[in-house]
Amino acid sequence: MNERDLRELLGTNREDSGCDEALGALDRYAEAEVEGRDVEALFPAVAEHLRNCQACMEDHDGLVALVRDGKRR
Amino acid sequence: MDEGSAPIQELHDPASAAWLRDLRDEGPQRLHALETLRELLLKAARREAARRRSPSLLGGVELEDLCQQAADDALVAITRKLDSFRGASRFTTWAYKFAVFEISVKLRRHAWVGRTIPMAQDDPTWERFGPVGIQTGDQLEAVDLLGAVRRAVVDELTPRQRDVFVAAVLNDVPIDTLAERLGTTRGAVYKVLHDARRALRRRLERDGYLGPVGER
Repeated sequence: MNERDLRELLGTNREDSGCDEALGALDRYAEAEVEGRDVEALFPAVAEHLRNCQACMEDHDGLVALVRDGKRR
Repeated sequence: MDEGSAPIQELHDPASAAWLRDLRDEGPQRLHALETLRELLLKAARREAARRRSPSLLGGVELEDLCQQAADDALVAITRKLDSFRGASRFTTWAYKFAVFEISVKLRRHAWVGRTIPMAQDDPTWERFGPVGIQTGDQLEAVDLLGAVRRAVVDELTPRQRDVFVAAVLNDVPIDTLAERLGTTRGAVYKVLHDARRALRRRLERDGYLGPVGER
């Protein structure tokens, strides 16, 4: 069992924002990430949640793709 | 979604300010803004559906129907929550968030329509976390840890926590699908999962499998 499996099974003890707060912050998070800012420092609990929640991570990936696409146009 | 209680910031972004002005208008400007916004939401839903390559293997009319529903539901949510937009991001980014959420929920739920939530926690569902075949010393340690986790699932979790853990972690049931079946929200299901994982970590720390910060 590797570290990724362990995280998938047990999560971590680090602060986790939960889905509601993560989704609430996702627009700010996505823009900060696309702008190259340090999202781990700006939104540590959200970053941790995205590592633990596949659904929210997928939504994050989708929003980041849309924001990047918008910047290119 | 929890938009927080940050104070309203002056909107420095003219485009965002224009969106808010038009959507709050009481005349024809509002209708035009709603139509334009819906088109943006529909495009966002379609792009996101394409990016996910539709795990339910939806295509054609069915997929377009879900995108249309997602755009409609996103538009309703946005107009209801308009006063919660604080200007900390661009309005379009904030709005896209709703479209992404709606299409993602609909795609996941569609993939599980008519399917029973798998609750099996027999050997095959645990095997992906452990080694198979001839095992080295490290692998034996991993097998021991996995056994400890399995015992902790039986001993430490409430029935609800066990159901959610087994479904979401062992059987890869999407959390939105679980939320719908349980008649609750994604956030509430995640909280149950979070609490279950914490209970497991505490048991493994007590039994000496994990250090005090939940690491080996």
